[in-house]
Amino acid sequence: MTATKTDAPVTATNDKSPAPAGEPLGSARSERVSALVQQHGALAVLVVVSLVASFSFDSFATGDNISNMATSSAFLAIVALGMTFVIITGGIDLSVGSLFALGGVLAAWGSRHGTLVALLLPLVVCGAIGVVNGLLVARSRLAPFIVTLAAMLGARGLMLALTDEGANTYLIGKGSFLAELGQGSTLGLGNPVWITLGLFVAGAVVLRRTRFGQHVYAVGGNEDAAALMGAPVARTKILVYTMSGVLAGLAGALNAAWLASGVTILGNGMELEAIAAVVIGGTLLTGGLGYVSGALVGVLLLKVIQNVINQIGSLDSSYQQVVSGAFLAVVVVAQTWLGRRRQLM
Amino acid sequence: MAPPAEVLAVRGLSKTFPGVRALDDVDLTLHAGEVHALIGENGAGKSTLIKLLTGVHRPDAGDIVFLGRDVSFATPLEAQRAGISTIYQEVNLIPLLSVARNLFLGREPRNRLGLLDFARMNREAEEALRAYGVRVDVRRPLRSLGVGAQQMVALARAVASEARIVIMDEPTSSLEPREVETLFSVIRRLRDEGIAVIYVSHRLDELYAVCDTVTVLRDGRRVHHGRLAELDRLSLVSTMLGRELGEVRKEGLTKFTGDHHATDGQPVLEASELTVPHQLHGVSVSIRPGEVVGLGGLLGSGRTETAKAISGALPTTSGTVMVAGAPLRRGSTPAAIRAGISLLPEDRKSEGIVPGLSVRENISLAVLPRLSRFGLVSEARVDSIVDTFIERLRIKASSPQQKVGELSGGNQQKVLLARWLAMNPKVLLLDEPTRGIDVGAKAEVQKLVDELAADGLGVLLISSDLEELIEGSDRVVVLKDGAVVGELAGDEVTEDKLMRTIAGHAPDRDAVEEAATDG
Repeated sequence: MTATKTDAPVTATNDKSPAPAGEPLGSARSERVSALVQQHGALAVLVVVSLVASFSFDSFATGDNISNMATSSAFLAIVALGMTFVIITGGIDLSVGSLFALGGVLAAWGSRHGTLVALLLPLVVCGAIGVVNGLLVARSRLAPFIVTLAAMLGARGLMLALTDEGANTYLIGKGSFLAELGQGSTLGLGNPVWITLGLFVAGAVVLRRTRFGQHVYAVGGNEDAAALMGAPVARTKILVYTMSGVLAGLAGALNAAWLASGVTILGNGMELEAIAAVVIGGTLLTGGLGYVSGALVGVLLLKVIQNVINQIGSLDSSYQQVVSGAFLAVVVVAQTWLGRRRQLM
Repeated sequence: MAPPAEVLAVRGLSKTFPGVRALDDVDLTLHAGEVHALIGENGAGKSTLIKLLTGVHRPDAGDIVFLGRDVSFATPLEAQRAGISTIYQEVNLIPLLSVARNLFLGREPRNRLGLLDFARMNREAEEALRAYGVRVDVRRPLRSLGVGAQQMVALARAVASEARIVIMDEPTSSLEPREVETLFSVIRRLRDEGIAVIYVSHRLDELYAVCDTVTVLRDGRRVHHGRLAELDRLSLVSTMLGRELGEVRKEGLTKFTGDHHATDGQPVLEASELTVPHQLHGVSVSIRPGEVVGLGGLLGSGRTETAKAISGALPTTSGTVMVAGAPLRRGSTPAAIRAGISLLPEDRKSEGIVPGLSVRENISLAVLPRLSRFGLVSEARVDSIVDTFIERLRIKASSPQQKVGELSGGNQQKVLLARWLAMNPKVLLLDEPTRGIDVGAKAEVQKLVDELAADGLGVLLISSDLEELIEGSDRVVVLKDGAVVGELAGDEVTEDKLMRTIAGHAPDRDAVEEAATDG
């Protein structure tokens, strides 16, 4: 049936075998191709788009442009990393855009009391909001959509209260460690880029190689079964929302450090961008399947497309969103089609 | 040799749910290496007992002594850690995770850094599964395996976690006969290793094949316990149902009377040359009023597809369906329903009942448009219809407002039946109407089918239960690979003939003559 290659699964089909063999659904080869496209399709598109862009526009593949794109991607990528975990458990976190803004303001406000406060304050406050999100979702069994929507409104309100309705903008002093963290660069890439890469490596290890990571997949794959198999469902959910909150706060703090101030108007709609990036990267919105690397690719793809539209000077930058939206629609249709093909849905 | 150690002693266990005394002062003793059958009709308290033992619910009264210690598990995880593993009727694993990860979830081998050791995990998973006759690439997602193999993975998982008691809740309901054999050999091995097994099943053959002792529950009470070998099948059934032996014997194991006779009138349903690419090849079936026509055949022979094609749910490329002489528009379910065809689907859960809605709402769902005038529904008319069917079909619900999800499988099936009967159909297509419901409810449904046919309905009956098919049908149309390979009527409707036909030896002239001389 399937044993055409040496490394193909050996499925016992002969009648003498004492027991059930695994019967693959559909052809194993087409399944593998679908899985490959689902996981790496976005990467292929990213490569193609980047190649075309670098041949079409002289200013695309320059060191400056790449470095700028990388830095501006970094903040969204950190948010998308946390979102990936949440979405794999079958949840959603709409609060991250507000937490991003709140984290930035808190960092800028805290920078007067030293770098440690500036960094810890956003992490603790945004993490705490994440814990509350997680508790409400896991223990009170409320819909993640509603819980995090409430947190989104609440966090933005808190941020506005801190800044007197946005009238106060806190600045981050030049030359401080925090400013260096956001604005400095190492080996030609901005520090936020390196921090992001480090976080993604850690995130990938946590997701793929720890028990917690297995639980994340299990909870999203079949929550009831996971509970019966003894996976700590509630704890896993609380943890992913906490992570998402902490990462959103961190991204906001780094962004503030980069801009040297806590800008209050940032982060609007960022949660949707993050969700888009995660889905483009091959993570199923229904949970149970997903990749950290995919989120990174998804973010880069969104940013490259934005950059390309900026390069086409004649195109109104408002069309960025139209293109992003259309692109997302195409990806979701493709993902759904691949998923059905693989009978995941 | 010393008698085997007592693993579990349950004393006076009771549990009350709102309005129901689910379990009433039940005792259960289990020794090492004992395979214990736990039987009873749906609603007898089996599930409640299992849920109390595995920490899903907490008892109101009574003790559970496990390995000599009084225990009270707060969660299934605690029970599992202590050594009580459960495998459920429906496979409860994570379809998207790999086989190995499913097997090891929560106790994955880790390396010195605390990271998961996939190489070791895959190797050990492969070894563990080989013992269950499952030879697959353990890195593949679980869902790529057949249901039987998945059930084996669940079993391997339950046993691997150093269980002292393994509870199996209808483990064979989705297994092929060959897989059932493997399951039995695993159970025997568990027995030899001193692990106690609680085995829940409705299939009597299996109980007698593998169990040593038995506990029979009825209405939440223990009504019998002892060695299974000392209780013959009829006594077992009568204990379970709480009916006299003579009564069971007289009525046989199915409830069909078989005394309705089809009128000689025009067929109420005439399906001819139904064709669906790759699935049906020119299938023709006709049913007269008052006739029960069985559809025989193996799994995948096209029985369900035939029913779906008749009801318009499966688009046909050619062929016609006539209801009471009038042709039906092709591929339209609403048209079929309007013409008087009702299909009771095979899969109650996904294609039939709406568990969150009440009995009343479920029954009136399909008929509502007919009861409404200018879009408004007459509550009184709904009530009267609902009450009529609850009474006529003997649906056991605390009130019409009870959620259907809370009813037993048999009563859910009756609710579904009521929904379609409320439409006043001319033809009823029943796809496995008694699958997964207990013996008592099964008998009730069978009796209902009889009554409905006697009332002049044409019934198409699909059943994998040969006995049910034979005793319930006036005529059996046999399908194989999507085509009709034979038709049995009258005296020909016997298990032997049916199996021969399915096997490909159509009742040719010789066989018919043989039957004639025999009869």
